[in-house]
Amino acid sequence: MPSFPKKWLVILIGLAVIVPLFQPVLPDIVSDYRLFLVSTMIIAAIAVLGLNLLTGFNGQISLGHGAFYAVGAYTAAILMDHAGMPYYATLPCAAVVCFIVGYLFGLPALKLEGHYLALATFALALAVPQILKYKWLEGLTGGVQGIVLSKPEVPFGLPLTEDQWLYYYCLAVMLVLFWAAHNILRSRSGRAMMAIRDYAIAADTMGIDTALYKTVTFGISAAYTGIAGALSASAIAFVAPDSFNIFLSIKFLIGLVVGGIGSLAGSVVGGIFYVLVDNSAQALSTFIKNDLGLQFDLSAYTVFGILLILLMYLMPMGIVGGVYLLIRKISTVGRSTAAAPAGEPQRSATQPAEASKSH
Amino acid sequence: MPSLLEVKALKAYYGQTQALYDVGFDLAEGGITTLLGANGAGKTTTLRAICNMVRTEGAVRFAGKDVTGKPTEEIVRQRIAHVPEGRGTFTTLTVDENLRIAAYTRKDKGEIAAERDRVFSYFPRLKERVQQQAGTLSGGEQQMLAIARALMLKPRLMLLDEPSFGLAPLVVVEIFRILHRINEEEGVSILLVEQNAALALELATQAYVLETGRVVMSGPSAVVKNDENVRKSYLGY
Amino acid sequence: MEQFLQQLASGLANGAIYACVALALVMIYVSTDHINFAQGEMAMFSTYISWQLMTWGLSFWVAFVLAVLISFALGVLIERVILRPLHNAPVLSVVVVFIGLLAICNSMAGAIWSYLIKEFPSPFPKSSFGIAGLIGPHQLGVVLVTLIVLSLLFVFFRFTPLGLAMRAAAQNPQMARLVGVRVDWMLALGWGLAAAVGAVAGIMVAHIVYLDPNMMGGILLYAFASALVGGIGNPGGAVIGGFIVGVLENMVAFAGNQIEKVTGIYIIGNGEKLTVALIIVIFVLTVRPAGLFGRVVVKRV
Repeated sequence: MPSFPKKWLVILIGLAVIVPLFQPVLPDIVSDYRLFLVSTMIIAAIAVLGLNLLTGFNGQISLGHGAFYAVGAYTAAILMDHAGMPYYATLPCAAVVCFIVGYLFGLPALKLEGHYLALATFALALAVPQILKYKWLEGLTGGVQGIVLSKPEVPFGLPLTEDQWLYYYCLAVMLVLFWAAHNILRSRSGRAMMAIRDYAIAADTMGIDTALYKTVTFGISAAYTGIAGALSASAIAFVAPDSFNIFLSIKFLIGLVVGGIGSLAGSVVGGIFYVLVDNSAQALSTFIKNDLGLQFDLSAYTVFGILLILLMYLMPMGIVGGVYLLIRKISTVGRSTAAAPAGEPQRSATQPAEASKSH
Repeated sequence: MPSLLEVKALKAYYGQTQALYDVGFDLAEGGITTLLGANGAGKTTTLRAICNMVRTEGAVRFAGKDVTGKPTEEIVRQRIAHVPEGRGTFTTLTVDENLRIAAYTRKDKGEIAAERDRVFSYFPRLKERVQQQAGTLSGGEQQMLAIARALMLKPRLMLLDEPSFGLAPLVVVEIFRILHRINEEEGVSILLVEQNAALALELATQAYVLETGRVVMSGPSAVVKNDENVRKSYLGY
Repeated sequence: MEQFLQQLASGLANGAIYACVALALVMIYVSTDHINFAQGEMAMFSTYISWQLMTWGLSFWVAFVLAVLISFALGVLIERVILRPLHNAPVLSVVVVFIGLLAICNSMAGAIWSYLIKEFPSPFPKSSFGIAGLIGPHQLGVVLVTLIVLSLLFVFFRFTPLGLAMRAAAQNPQMARLVGVRVDWMLALGWGLAAAVGAVAGIMVAHIVYLDPNMMGGILLYAFASALVGGIGNPGGAVIGGFIVGVLENMVAFAGNQIEKVTGIYIIGNGEKLTVALIIVIFVLTVRPAGLFGRVVVKRV
């Protein structure tokens, strides 16, 4: 898919920077709560981007990215709580730690494909809350109770609220990370990554050091999602083991699939999407319980689940992919039809189903 | 005699690649017909197309009924037995189970035991190995098992794909002799795909020659056998 | 010594549950090459169905049988409606759909029956049998029921024509069609049976772990470990793997407890069982993917 048109990108970023400054003028629209919500969406986008790098662009299925998010979050929390590290310094630390963890997981993962890798990462995700509660780590992790932190302080006495500052902090990190990802994907390494996704067996014979790329991609992917986790530790000012359960990994998967596999813009859309639905679901559930009087504990996951299934039939390329197709249909003139393999969603994860048991 | 199998203007595709362009032939009931041709001519594809194992266009009629495009298992239930390339035995099942599975679709349950005895009379070696895992049989025995299993379907038509493949000459001769018996004693019509043209032409009464997805020659095998092109290309003299 | 035997017995009881869920996983894997990530949640949902039936006044065993039958039907339905169209879809799409199923089962259970933890009755008499307090009646009952169900399945697959047809369809679908087996229906039946077996496991374990929408998460992980240990393509192996994992995890926790008692150092205990399962999963996948009894499938290029 061709990269997001530059003009629109500049406008969007410009708006993103300027609008929150209007809070004093439009306190209800640009509220602290809304800014906080958008911050969580940004964090979600980064997390989904991490997953996208591994699964969407490199073809390695992960159902366990919640684990890396947790590692990032806890690394940041522990450094802030025990070592008094300032919040911004925790990001590179979390990135390094998660890179190492991801790389290490990527090593045995080299032997696993498709279902088996999904299985291994799924198992990881299921075990994470328990690992975090391990007695020997309690001193560091705070056990079941977790760690309470404080939100980032507004620096230099700037006339911003805590939530405004948090928003800009997250926005800055996101812009840097996405820019970096964009460059990686455009480079030779990026093409190698995607070649591995599309032509798994042939890539080796093409002279690509598949093992190196796969493990390093695992590391980078984990680092990205880990940074998101570290950001969330600051944003929510709290980490506890049970919030890093299997459903967190499922949320990332939803963001990935809904937004668009193999698409940077899709990661943003995906992140926004799952935060939105997650928040609306609570409101919807309250509405059903209080206003309709039905004792239904509705959670977002019903919606998520149905969407996941429907999307696989109707729009396997996610919203971004769907929009892209729509635009392509409308404007047939002047579109470069030589769709570069870079990021074209149709190619993602297209190991054509191993011819089912052909003998 | 009305044709048991009529194939008209058959086209077949593997994905986007077209393998058959225009195949047509008739098979009379009770006869043995052979499809000859070089590798890649489309012989195996034709058999597959008849059973709708590949994407097809055209018309296939069996015993007067149109079976084009029907699911494979429904076509088989019309009593067409296909013995594919490489035998296709269920390697982890025993000989006994292989035979039983073929009887699965039969309605006349009472006949099955008698059928087994008849089948064992053709293939006494199988009777000796009845509890053995099919995967551990020799190539020849597996071929026999595949044919035995086809017989258990009580077919009107048997499609055989390269039964001589990978087998020792003596074994091949034995198998072809049994095929002849089956045709005569059971009245099973046979459509035979074979690379071993000489053997095929001896067994069959009708022959069709395929080249790159088309029928290029047809006729009684005696005539085809003596055709100069056929002799040069497929019979080696 | 008594404690050791108790842990052993409890391990066997747990193992029986894992064996069932692992068997369900393997059944689906063998026939479709897919791993049913939603197996645990489906079993949980079935358990809630049985709970609901009991709330409506049915006795335990009647509710049990009905729930199992309903689960069978739902399994067939899921295969035919949701999974059939994905027959040739890429792996990621299929995995995503399974996760979707997982999410739906979990949240629907929560929506219909709330997330409050409920008690679940045991159908087995309260008094211990002559094995003097070593093994509880429920645990013994679980093992018995499991063995009965497994035996029935064994007989079904080994000696009935339909079972034979299903085995053939799983082993070689193309060839099965060529002997007239309606392979598509065999797949659906396989799913139905897997769902039914999962239901049995869920209903049996609910008394031990209490009924709540998240009850099967950990058990699913153990089931994966069991299936892998036994060899993911091997149903018999899955069963044996289940018992092995059940006993192993209890023994590890027991050993940890003893070490703590003697030396005062806590290395490992009941709280790390899931981690042990994870280690087993990773270990088997990387070191010996065929497990104990399976065969490694060589991917044809």
